[in-house]
Amino acid sequence: MSFQIIEQPVKYDICIVGSGAGGGMAAKILSEKGFKIALLEAGPDFDPANPEQRTQLRWPYESPRRGASTVRPFGDFDMAYGGWELEGEPYTKERGTEFDWFRSRMVGGRTNHWGRISLRFGPLDFKRKDFDGKGDNWPIGYDDVKPYYDKIDKLIGVFGTKEGIANEPDGYFLPPPKPRLHELYIKKGADKAGIPMIPSRLSILTKRVNKKRQACFYCNQCSRSCTVYGDFSSSSVLVNPAKETGNVDLFVNAMVREVTTDENGKATGVHYIDKTNLKDYKVRAKVVILAASACSSARILLNSKSSAHPNGLANSSDVVGRYLHDSTGSSRMAFIPSLMDRKRYNEDGVGGMHLYTPWWQNDNKNLGFTRGYHIEYWGGMGMPSYGFGFNMESLNSLVPGMNGEKKKAGGYGLGFMEDVKRFYGSTVGMAGRGESIPRKDNRCKIDNDKLDKFGIPVLKFNYKWSDEEVKQAEHMQDSFEEIIHAMGGVALGDKPGKESSFGLENPGRIIHEVGTTRMGDDPNTSVLNKYNQAHDVPNLFVMDGGAFVSQADKNPTWTILALAWRASDYLAEEMKKGKI
Amino acid sequence: MNRRESLKSLLVGGVGTGLLISCRLDDDPDLSKVTDIREKDFDYGRTPEEAEYDEELMSKKFYTDEEMATILLIADIIIPGDGDHPPASKTGLAEFIEFITKDLPEHKTPMRGGLRWLDNESNQRFEKGFKMLSEDEQIAIIDDIAYPAEVKPQHVHGAKFFSRLRNLVTTGYFTSKEGIEYLGYQGNRPNVWDGVPPEVLEKHGLAYDEKMLKNSIKPEERNEIEDWKNYEI
Repeated sequence: MSFQIIEQPVKYDICIVGSGAGGGMAAKILSEKGFKIALLEAGPDFDPANPEQRTQLRWPYESPRRGASTVRPFGDFDMAYGGWELEGEPYTKERGTEFDWFRSRMVGGRTNHWGRISLRFGPLDFKRKDFDGKGDNWPIGYDDVKPYYDKIDKLIGVFGTKEGIANEPDGYFLPPPKPRLHELYIKKGADKAGIPMIPSRLSILTKRVNKKRQACFYCNQCSRSCTVYGDFSSSSVLVNPAKETGNVDLFVNAMVREVTTDENGKATGVHYIDKTNLKDYKVRAKVVILAASACSSARILLNSKSSAHPNGLANSSDVVGRYLHDSTGSSRMAFIPSLMDRKRYNEDGVGGMHLYTPWWQNDNKNLGFTRGYHIEYWGGMGMPSYGFGFNMESLNSLVPGMNGEKKKAGGYGLGFMEDVKRFYGSTVGMAGRGESIPRKDNRCKIDNDKLDKFGIPVLKFNYKWSDEEVKQAEHMQDSFEEIIHAMGGVALGDKPGKESSFGLENPGRIIHEVGTTRMGDDPNTSVLNKYNQAHDVPNLFVMDGGAFVSQADKNPTWTILALAWRASDYLAEEMKKGKI
Repeated sequence: MNRRESLKSLLVGGVGTGLLISCRLDDDPDLSKVTDIREKDFDYGRTPEEAEYDEELMSKKFYTDEEMATILLIADIIIPGDGDHPPASKTGLAEFIEFITKDLPEHKTPMRGGLRWLDNESNQRFEKGFKMLSEDEQIAIIDDIAYPAEVKPQHVHGAKFFSRLRNLVTTGYFTSKEGIEYLGYQGNRPNVWDGVPPEVLEKHGLAYDEKMLKNSIKPEERNEIEDWKNYEI
């Protein structure tokens, strides 16, 4: 059999790899400016409005596994095609280290299922080194990004409230939904404990921002992707308008192997494998933008070796793959006795919490750790799915039965059925999401011993938490108990202790991994300049979370979007001036 | 949700066609022998790979008829239903437990072994398998394994099995149409959220403060397109 690489006939202005937040934003901005674009996505086509792919408003009994997470890691109805393990696409870990790598392969990527938590980084978040001497500052500050945060607020829509908190900048907010009952309970407890709770900031349309997208109808299912586009996903809000310009050719199931270069080391396009026929193709373009996710983009660069770039493309600094960092995470559940026997009503609300806790101790330098976390909450009378009613024996002896008599844990029969009914809506959960400190040795690199099923060398991870993150998790657990006790709740299970690093999740589990191609002014210590442009290769950009110097305790999406828009404006100017 | 077999010309998903097919099958019960093309049992937005995996699991059978009969018998002891709601066995539970045991293979051995434990215990006490026992005899055994906090040493394995089965039966029931109705879940439909009902707030001694009321979305404004003319940050 002869091996042949088929060259796509069109030469594009720009080739974008990845259609999630960064790639979608770049595609929208640059196609509207008239550039001819090839948009490559490693997964299948996806549109939240496509009835054949819809999971929104389905009932648990429509799934034979009642929504269990066997096939999709967040349950059968979650809208991420992928997970921590993909068939035929392994990754490895250095012995004694942990990293779990989540990949979603579909148009829109992980934006189809994410929590829509849309927080701006604050002034402090770009300059943490100035504050605590650790890690590095960004080469840009809040004022550089603010105009773009403003623009995406208006384009995409995010609800919230103006609070005037120093490191939690206000934005152009749609009005938030009123809190649910359990959220009022938690707030009462948090108030007592001196921990703030404010309306959450989610990119969900409580009001409309344009005629193409409808307002939220409160089904709580943003993780299933919204058929009326009532929340943000890149597929519906960015990729669709980009396609409508007529300037975008979308290539789906296109698994990129490497960026191709000429003898001068400039990018000439990409080499990809069509997953449907397993044939190799080349797309030529004047500019290449990688937005395949922090680790996938790093992998593509490291695999793009040539005589001009023996260490991988854009990697003369040896920084590609380094400074990988995820958010910290730790959680606890509680039971609130006065929320038993609740009156039934529909409290689905928006997809996610209506109130959250922003980090409240930036001024406290005596915590034993630096960098903060925010707290997310859940609870309420939600739709049952697989796992509902499990372990009732740990709950139903905690309080007397209907007749006032203490019950034995466990049981069966009508009394047991009634217990399930009585406890429904009386448990809540909370989780901290914190900032970790990026470290040079926490990294991904190419595993020299292993290929994936497409013949592409795979990533090997080397990531360890430090004491800073463990102590932060301990603080989270203490805060959870303070809140739980102050609201009259009973903390469930044992408090995670030192032996489990206070419930600190493995790196990668929070799915906020960033930093692998960080930006900076010094080409010796950074991969990109402050406009997401590779120091070594002027016609190569990285517009995903890879560009982050540090990630704050904020979810990265809003900043990925803002930086991608900013970089796209810069790229367009440079092309106009003939500099690229 | 039983598997149905049908002619290729009727190979379409959805509830309506399902009904149509059952009528046809009633006319000619031998139709299943003519073709092995099946109508989709489940249609819930699967990728082709996912649909194929579901199909593969459904084509296999794990429990013997006898095992399933015991499972359903205990299921109805755990969830007997009330006057207005059916017992667990009438809510698609057999199909669910059969499927989930193959889907999450960690259930396989503990379930099979647990059923054997139960028959062995029945034999030792009453010289009959569990299904053949009188109701009182069955309950006598179940009482020994249904309360994990005070189980006797000789019953610990039975108690572990019972907890697992209770989990599966409970989750199966409360994720069924009938179980959700019994539970009283009111959501999963388009609606407009305008806060906790006033009488509920009152009962819990809670209230929305003025700031919340002022800032929150007014339902009547939800279809307006936001313009930022007078908005300042």
